[in-house]
Amino acid sequence: MPKLLKDKSLVDNGWQVLPKDFSGSLPDAPCFVPLNYWLANKESLQNPDTIGVWLDADQEPEKFAGDIEKLRHLAVNFPSFMDGRGFSIARLIRERYQFTGELRAIGHIVPDQLFYLSRCGFDAFCLDALSLGDEAEPHHQLEDYLAAFSVTYQACVNQEQPLFRRR
Amino acid sequence: MYIYDQHDKTLIGERVAQYRRQTDDYLAGKIPDAVFLPLRLQNGLYVQRLAPMLRINIPYGMVSATQLRALAGITRKYDKGYAHFTTRQNIQLNWPQLEEVPDILAELAAVEMQGIQSSGSCIRNVTSDEFAGISADEIVDPRPWCEIIRQWSTLHPEFAFLPRKFKIAVSGSKSDRAAIQVHDIGLQVLKNADDEVGFKVLVGGGLGRSPAIGEVIKDFLPAKHLLTYLEAILRVYNRYGRRDNKYKARIKILLKAWTAEVFADKVEQEWLQQIDSPSTLTDEVIAHAEAFFTSPSYESVDVASCEAALQQLASEQIAFGKWRDRNVVTHKVAGYCAVHLSLKPTGVAPGDVTDSQLEAIADLAERYSFDEVRVTHHQNLVLGDVKLSDLPELWQAAKQLGFATPSIGTLVDMICCPGGDFCSLANAKSIPVAEAIQRRFDDLDYLYDLGDIKLNISGCMNACGHHHVGNIGILGVDKKGEEFYQVQLGGSALDDASLGKVLGPSFYAREIPDVLESILNIYVDRRIEGETFLDTHRRIGTAPFKEFIYAKAA
Repeated sequence: MPKLLKDKSLVDNGWQVLPKDFSGSLPDAPCFVPLNYWLANKESLQNPDTIGVWLDADQEPEKFAGDIEKLRHLAVNFPSFMDGRGFSIARLIRERYQFTGELRAIGHIVPDQLFYLSRCGFDAFCLDALSLGDEAEPHHQLEDYLAAFSVTYQACVNQEQPLFRRR
Repeated sequence: MYIYDQHDKTLIGERVAQYRRQTDDYLAGKIPDAVFLPLRLQNGLYVQRLAPMLRINIPYGMVSATQLRALAGITRKYDKGYAHFTTRQNIQLNWPQLEEVPDILAELAAVEMQGIQSSGSCIRNVTSDEFAGISADEIVDPRPWCEIIRQWSTLHPEFAFLPRKFKIAVSGSKSDRAAIQVHDIGLQVLKNADDEVGFKVLVGGGLGRSPAIGEVIKDFLPAKHLLTYLEAILRVYNRYGRRDNKYKARIKILLKAWTAEVFADKVEQEWLQQIDSPSTLTDEVIAHAEAFFTSPSYESVDVASCEAALQQLASEQIAFGKWRDRNVVTHKVAGYCAVHLSLKPTGVAPGDVTDSQLEAIADLAERYSFDEVRVTHHQNLVLGDVKLSDLPELWQAAKQLGFATPSIGTLVDMICCPGGDFCSLANAKSIPVAEAIQRRFDDLDYLYDLGDIKLNISGCMNACGHHHVGNIGILGVDKKGEEFYQVQLGGSALDDASLGKVLGPSFYAREIPDVLESILNIYVDRRIEGETFLDTHRRIGTAPFKEFIYAKAA
């Protein structure tokens, strides 16, 4: 089974990500539905433990702001690890819309981004998204990437006070 | 100057360790090229035409004697014994080995220097006025604000993968010497009618392929909101800036597509959501930053007798008088002045210094200017706090070291990028063109008669040599594998910022000195008493220059 880095440890990833143009009926397994599918069908998608929503980098969390509190699983797609829009989307989801469930990075990210991703509010990362392959042994302990720095200047999701208020 | 505390030291040490591990992984084949690229760029390492190039930040241009000595040692140990000052207050090593860069960064960290975000699609080194804190026309010292921005932007987790590079400049004086109108964000620190400090905020300036003058999106931002407002601008840019085409990815393109009004409104809406968040600056934080930039302990100087002695020396030694006129700048404190160390002697690439020169500059700073040096975006250095009575001695020392070329602000004090000799982006060489111009125009009296002229040379349209904002700009272009040079007239990066207009078809390198001479002859013929080159060009336009030069060629 594919692996997921969650809460700093590796767990099985039982979730599917349905394609952006998905239509039809949902699989039995837990899944992330694309945002547009959610917006069109949300009345019938009532089980937040098995149904999450994923956003692509060009989509706006503002579009489903009112629904966020009903959800427990969200994912943001990185079309390429060089495309940084997902960092802003994650902060909006956490800081502006106060989302407290699981926020997963999907698509293409690299291990050296884990620190920034987690600062922006992601707490789950697909290992295939990390280009490590489903079962590949990472070169270093993944938690080391998450703890790359012990000092940060800015306020962010995991540290509301900027360093200048903590000095 | 800002001094690191244990937080800054820990962060920079962890950054070096991180990059060492990344380099090891890359060399072991565990990180592919495409992934290593942004990692090395965000530590300053490019891969150039002949070798890697390492760009080291000199935040807002302030560098200490100790740091200069460390840089000298690094150029000796890891490079070929010289370095290059850029137009954005950075210093570059042209020949480091990729494997040794972690060691270089560790040596830099020991003297509180780094290359963090000096390249790549992220927030770059914040730049400012080389006369910050010492000029008579200053309203507010920009350096504490620069330092606050430096810390905020360093390893900012949200803005490390922007659509494109992002440059911020801050000016705090009446005359803009930081080129804030041609930066992604330009900040003018000022005071309102109630004497409160704030910022005029310009967005969307820049050079490169689509040069643009920045537009004001906020007339007065109260100082405490600086970081939340910057964060709002960057967030709007990060989310909506184009990523499909790197030539249309700068914030200026977004601003033009939306209009400044729409952009300003979008930023305002985003900012209002963040306003008064913990990132709002407190009085204590501002005072803490300001405390690093207090005046040094100036001595009281007998100005009248000093002036008399200097006048006397100038009358005896014309060269001293010329140097003082051109290279010495007035200071806000009576009895002190600022002194340019010219890095533009004929035959040396503009901005280049050797290891022993770096050490000599450190000596001069320690002897004459409270251990500090400022880097200018014209690729010269400034000793900011020199006692008037030290001028004769400093002149002698600078002369011996080759820093006393009395040409600051003249035609031959040109800005010039490394060009095709070093840079893999360049279409054409720029250093030999600069040298040919310096050799042709070697008569100081003629140069002084021409007065202030900004000549800027870039080896390609990425415009590192700021050719668009030179009064005369020269741009290297490639036509079917041959190097040609386009000439532009009428640019300026000062308060009256404007972009140069292309004169006409481009020239061979060997023609450039003649073309320049023709341009200057027309200026001399047509100028009215007191007019600078830029004034005359603005009055008569490009046409008279164009007609003469191309008629002559035909």
